[in-house]
Order: sequence, then structure tokens, then C-alpha cells
Amino acid sequence: MTNEVLLTTIPLLPLVGFALNALIALVRARKNSSVPEKLVSFIACLFPILAFVLAIKLFFVLKGDHQITAISTGPLFTWMQAGFIDVSFGFVLDHLSAVMTLVITGVGSLIHIYSTGYMHDDKGFARFFAYLNFFLFFMLILVLGDSLVTLFVGWEGVGLCSYLLIGYYFNEPEKASAGKKAFVVNRIGDFGFLVGIFFILKVFVSNQLDGALLSFAFIQEHKELLAPLATLIGLSLFVGATGKSAQIPLYIWLPDAMAGPTPVSALIHAATMVTAGVYMVARLFFIYEMSPESLHVIASVGLATAFLAAMIAIVQTDIKKVLAYSTVSQLGYMFLALGVGAPQAAIFHVVTHAFFKACMFLGAGSVIHALHHEQNIHHMGGLFKKMPATALPFLVSTIAIAGIPPFAGFFSKDEILWNVYQHAPRGMYLLAVLTAGMTAFYMFRLFTVVFMGKFRGHHEPHHLGFNMILPVAVLGLLAVVGGFLGVPEILHGENHFHHWLGYLTQSQHTETANHGLEMNLMIGSTVWAVAMSLLAFSLYSRNLNWTQTLKQRFAGFYKIMCGKFYVDEIYEFFIVKPIRLISEHVLWKGVDTRLVDGLMVNGSANVMSLTGRLVTLFQTGVLGNYLLFLWLGLFVFLIVVFS
Amino acid sequence: MINLHHYLVVASLMFTIGLAGLVIRKNLLVIFMCVEILLNSVNLVFVALARDFGLMEGHVVVFFVMAVAAAEAGIGLAIVITLFRKRQTIQTSDWNLLKG
Amino acid sequence: MLLVILLNNPVASALSLVMALFSLSGLYILLEAPFVAVLQVLVYAGAVMVLFVFVIMLLKLRPEDLQQDRVTIGKAGVVLLGVPFVGFLIHKFLSVPVESSFKPVAANFGSPKEVGTLMFTKYLIPFEVVSILLLVAIIGVIVLAYRSPTDRD
Repeated sequence: MTNEVLLTTIPLLPLVGFALNALIALVRARKNSSVPEKLVSFIACLFPILAFVLAIKLFFVLKGDHQITAISTGPLFTWMQAGFIDVSFGFVLDHLSAVMTLVITGVGSLIHIYSTGYMHDDKGFARFFAYLNFFLFFMLILVLGDSLVTLFVGWEGVGLCSYLLIGYYFNEPEKASAGKKAFVVNRIGDFGFLVGIFFILKVFVSNQLDGALLSFAFIQEHKELLAPLATLIGLSLFVGATGKSAQIPLYIWLPDAMAGPTPVSALIHAATMVTAGVYMVARLFFIYEMSPESLHVIASVGLATAFLAAMIAIVQTDIKKVLAYSTVSQLGYMFLALGVGAPQAAIFHVVTHAFFKACMFLGAGSVIHALHHEQNIHHMGGLFKKMPATALPFLVSTIAIAGIPPFAGFFSKDEILWNVYQHAPRGMYLLAVLTAGMTAFYMFRLFTVVFMGKFRGHHEPHHLGFNMILPVAVLGLLAVVGGFLGVPEILHGENHFHHWLGYLTQSQHTETANHGLEMNLMIGSTVWAVAMSLLAFSLYSRNLNWTQTLKQRFAGFYKIMCGKFYVDEIYEFFIVKPIRLISEHVLWKGVDTRLVDGLMVNGSANVMSLTGRLVTLFQTGVLGNYLLFLWLGLFVFLIVVFS
Repeated sequence: MINLHHYLVVASLMFTIGLAGLVIRKNLLVIFMCVEILLNSVNLVFVALARDFGLMEGHVVVFFVMAVAAAEAGIGLAIVITLFRKRQTIQTSDWNLLKG
Repeated sequence: MLLVILLNNPVASALSLVMALFSLSGLYILLEAPFVAVLQVLVYAGAVMVLFVFVIMLLKLRPEDLQQDRVTIGKAGVVLLGVPFVGFLIHKFLSVPVESSFKPVAANFGSPKEVGTLMFTKYLIPFEVVSILLLVAIIGVIVLAYRSPTDRD
């Protein structure tokens, strides 16, 4: 089987899984009987694992042969042809998409295995796995697509699956509306994305180009034409990214998305879907390079998001919410990296973040499951002794996210910070470091409160199956070693990751030979991270309520932080309410009732009957009148004919 | 001198008078008489033109018109009688069954 | 002529019409159409109008019928319509070029002999058709107006 065929198979495998499980779900739903869990689990996990195996094989093909920079299937079928544009579907596996595919299929498979335990005895078992496979299918289309349109198809598809999965417990209204919120906010971002696509099209068309205008190869070839509009295009596409990857101002859906089952949060909102925005910017980085302004915007937005989310995370009491805001914050870091011209660092952070965040989410899921769906961290505690198999990987991941060497997060975060230092104002660097410290702080706060100290819960945690422990452990291991992919040179490593993705940036940043400075900064940030971690650890393990006095002193600010800075409320007041008001009063009562019903529908009927009544006035029944009209007609006739 | 024009003018006046009467009057019999006026005006035109062209055709036509008028008068009056037997009135304003 | 349409009493109208027909006959004589003139008096004034008067007498006229037939605004409006109409007709007719007086005609013009000749040669078929028409008319009248001795009103 040729490489191209294998490549095409990769996204199709989860599609098959989806179809089979969906079929089972539908059939069982009709008969209202229970689902054969073993069969469904087998189907659901088989296909992602197969996809992963294929991904590995193709990865080694790419790695082994330096001649091949990409495996491309070319256009598989033409979706639409309209005058100047040819839109066709095809897949391409280059270094960037290879990395993404490995993460998606690898972490995805682990999460599938985990879910077989987590979702045990849930009524919608088959439906869940169908959706999960469906999601993988779309995500793979997104990263493997060879054109902007294919990417967008995947983009929309994962938005859909995210809605389906977040609103999985659709019987409960708030959870269902969380799914709705995710989809709507996503959609707003997608509008920006589409505007970006239209701008690209406009440039190409006005230059009388035609053909496969939106394929990545084509865009890259003609990118100079896009230069004058590069900022507009870049920013419009970035709007889409803020929606999908939860940046300011469209991050509001992600914390609410925790209403879905925890494996969903792990897969979609830690490892894969939210990284789609980062992937897209990295993929189209050659456009962004032409517009430094857009890069500045991206960096600023990313940093602001990272900082804001970190502040909110510090005061959260729901274990999943902490992790959610942490995700938003780390995504901010990724965009910050992109903004300063280091897409390699951004993608590196994507990978390491996938490892430790997924590990933590699954770990949190294990805790929640064991404590019978308790999610408030103040009702947990002392779980390290009771659930060591879960706690240890969680600890490892926490250290990783704090950015402490030699675990994974350190290398990726440090590369980002170093790039920020080199290519951004000093203020931004300091804020980034501060946020890194805050990250360490609140993550260790989480760990300490959940796993250390006395057990404050209500029920004893029950035993977890092997299928839930194993994935967490594997991910924890990856969190440990994952960083070694990108050890920077000054630490006597060859930054494999950076070289692998070096082609993304055209303008090569000259590495300043200031190794001494880099080393110092690295040590400094490490010390800072360790300090914050230990601070949190010691404070929280001794006395949980040590923040009482602080809370009282800064009561106002504390309230704002707890209220997530009231962003949702502001949106509700300024945007949602007016729209609803307008829809109801103006458009419904005004336009629909009066105009459409009254004027057009009833109006035309009334006009008809009025005209009829007018005409009947002529029929008086009096002979004389009829003769009069006859006479008049004769007169007119004579005038017309004889003049 | 009296020429064709005068006769044509007279005929037109007659025609108009007959038409006006047709519309104005409500008595069915008077309406009928107005029809006769119309026919007569036409006869006048024919005869005048015949005299003008010097052809006899005009007179022949007049002959036929008169015959037809007589027949029509007869039948019309028969209808009037039938109507009268129905409604005991010959005012057209009483026959308004077609009023919409 | 005007009186025909203006008088209220139908009998009076009928008599006015008779007068008019007589005058018309006179006009015909002036127009060298003696045959037609006599025909007019005989057929029209004589037979048709007599029939009319018969029917008027037959249908008992009630006083209130006379009331309704008055001149109203609508009727004035009609007259207003008539004036432009007749004006138009006259205008059209007068635009036909014509000599100041009639040409002289043959001595036999308008005599019955001439009419008869034409009728029985050139217009024979219309002649026959008209006679059938009269027949049909007679039958029709009888059918319409016949009342069997049994149904008396």
C-alpha cells in the first residue's frame, strides 16, 4: 500500500468507528435495550489505535527520508467548481501535520481507553463513543487537509462534535446550554475565519488567478500577492482562532464546557480541538510573517488571556474549572509564542501541554469518578494515599506545567519565554514570567488541596479499573520525557523539535550568541517557578484557610476574581440582551406580525376583496346603467377608431 | 342649400336623442320606442346617402331594416307582456335580480 | 323627437313618436324616396306604433309608475354625455367633402319599380330571408304571449 493510500486511510478509520457505533446506538435506542459495552469499546478504541499505528509508520517514512518533505495525496475528489475556483479535497502530511496527527491519534487513543471505564453504565455509551470517533475524524481532516477549505470543514466539524459532546447530558438544561454556548461562540469566530478566506480569494481573483485557489501550496506560492492585505487576513483568521482556541474575547465557552464528561474535556479542550487555532496560525505563518502588526496583536491577546485566566484560576473551587482556566492560560502562551515569531515553540508547547493537561484532566476524572461525581476541591483531600496510581501522574504533570526541569513543560515554556525576551518588549516578558509563576502557584494549590492533607470528602473513594489507571500513567510518563524532544542547544541537546519544524519560519531568527544570558534567564524562571510551587504547597498543606485574611482585606477584588471578572455578565448585558430584545420586540412583534402577517398576507387578501366589492358596484341591476356603459364604450370605440 | 351634411346632422341628433332616452327612461315601453328612434335615424342616413350616390341600394336596405324592425317590435312587445304578467310592473328599476 | 323621451306619460310619448315618424316620412319624400316614405307611414307609423299603443293600453298603468320617471341628476349627467357624443358625430360627418347640393337623378329614382327590380334580382336572397324572419317573429310572438284559456290571472 502506497503512502498516499495509508494517509487517506488515517482519517477514515475513526469515521468507520463512528458509523458502526452510531448504528449500534440507534438500534439499541429503538429497542430501548442496553448496549453491548464490550463490543462498543472494542470498536471505539480499535480505530483510533489503528490510525495511530499508521501515523507512526508514515512519520518514520518522513523522518527517514530527507528528500520527502511531505506525503500528499493530491486532490481526491472535487467538491465544487465555480468559475474561477476549484475546491477539492486532498490530504497532505508534512512535518507539522505529522506532529499533530501523532498527538491526536496517540492521546486520543489513550482517552478512548480511559473512557471505557469512565462512561461505564452510562445509558448513552454507544452514542458517546460514536461522537468521540466522529470528533477524531474531523480533527484529522482539519490537520491533514491540503487546503484552507478542507481545514475549515474539519474546523466546523470539530465545533459540531464539541457541541454534541459538551451537551452530552442533554437532559439537564444547563449542560445542554453549555453545548449551545460553545457552538455559538465558535460560530462567531468562524465568521472571522470566513472573512479571512474571502479576503484571500479576493486578492487572488483580482489578480486573475484561477484554479485551486485555496490550497496551501497555492497560497504559499502566491503569498506575495497577499502582502498588502496580510494584516487584515491574518487578523480575520485569528478571530476564528480566538473562538476555537478560547482566547480573549471568545474564551467564555471553555469553562462552561466542563459540563461535558471529563474525557471530553481531556480530549477536546486540552489536547486537540483548542489547539486547532494554534495549528492554523502555524500552518499559515508565512502570511503572518508578512504582517508584523498582526503578530503583535496575537502576542498581546495571547499574553492578556494567559494572565487573566491565571488570575481567575487561582480562586476556583471546582477541580475541572481550575483545569479549564489553566488550559485557556496555556493556550495564551502558545499564541504569545506565535506572536513573537516562534511557531516551533508554540507547537512544541501544544505537544507537551497535550501530555500533561490530558493527564491531569483524566486524573481529575478519576478523582471525580471515585468520589461519586464530587467536583468541589474543598470536599477532597488526602487522596494521595488513597489513590496513589492516579496521584503520582497528576503530581508529575503538575510539576511539568509549573515549568520545572527536567519535566516536559519546562522545555517548551522556557523556549517561549526566551523568544519573548528576544523579540518582545521587556514588559511583556515580565508579565509572562509572572503568569508562569501564577501558573505554578495555582496548579500546586490544586494538587495540594486535592491530594494532600486530610480527607474532607463524604464517601470513600471507590476502586478504579485498570482501563482508567493505565492511560493516566502513560500520559504522566510522557509528561516526564516529552520535553526531551526539544532540549535547547545551550543545554547540550539538539533541539530536534525546532529543526523538525524549522521550515515554518522563513525569516530565520539569528540566535543570539548570548548563551550566558539565556542560561541566566532559564535559571531565574526555574527558581521562580519552584519558589511559587513550594509556596503554594506549604501554604495549602498547612492551613487551607490561610487566605481568610487576604480575602477580607481585598474583599472587593476577591469578589471580582471569583466572578470571573464578570465577563460573561458583561456580554450578557451588552450583547445578548439587546439582541434578544430586538428579536422579540422589533423583529417578531413589529416586522413579523405587522408587516408580513398584516400587510402582505392579510393585506393582499383585503385588497382582493375590496377590489371585488368595488367592481360589484357596477352591477346595479338597472337596465339604464348597463345601457349607459354600453354607450360610453361605443363612444370610446368611435373616438379610437375614427380619429 | 340643403345638402348631405344637413341630413347627416339631423340623423346624428336623432341617434343621440334615442340613445339618451334609452338610458334615462325607466318605462320599458318608452325604452322600446327609443330603439325605434335609433333605427329610424339609421334609415334616414341610408336614404340620404342613396340620394347622394344616386344608387338604389340604400332604399333596398331601408326596406329590409323596416321589416326587421317590425319583427323585432313585435317580439319585444310580446316579451314585455310576459314580463308584465310575472311582476305586474314595467319599470326597469324593479327588475334588479342581477344586482351584485 | 325630444318630446318622446321627455314626456312622462308613455301614451304621450308614443304619440310624439308617431309625429316624428310622419315628419321623417316627409324628409324621405324630399330625398326623392317616395317608396320608402309611403312604406314608413304604412309599416312604421301604422302597424308598429299601433301595436305599441295597444300594448300600452293593455298594461294597466298605475299612477305611481308615472312618478318615478323624473329628471334627476343622473339623467342630467347623461345629457351631458350626449352633447359631446353628438358633437363628435357631427364633426366627423361634416368632414366628409360634399357638393353644395345634390346631383340630379333619374326620373325613376326612388320609385317602387326600381326598388322592386333591385330586390328581386340582386337582393333576392335577403328578401327571402327577411320573409322567413317575419314568419319566425310571428311564431315567436304567439308562443310568448299565448295564454291557454285555463290560466287566467
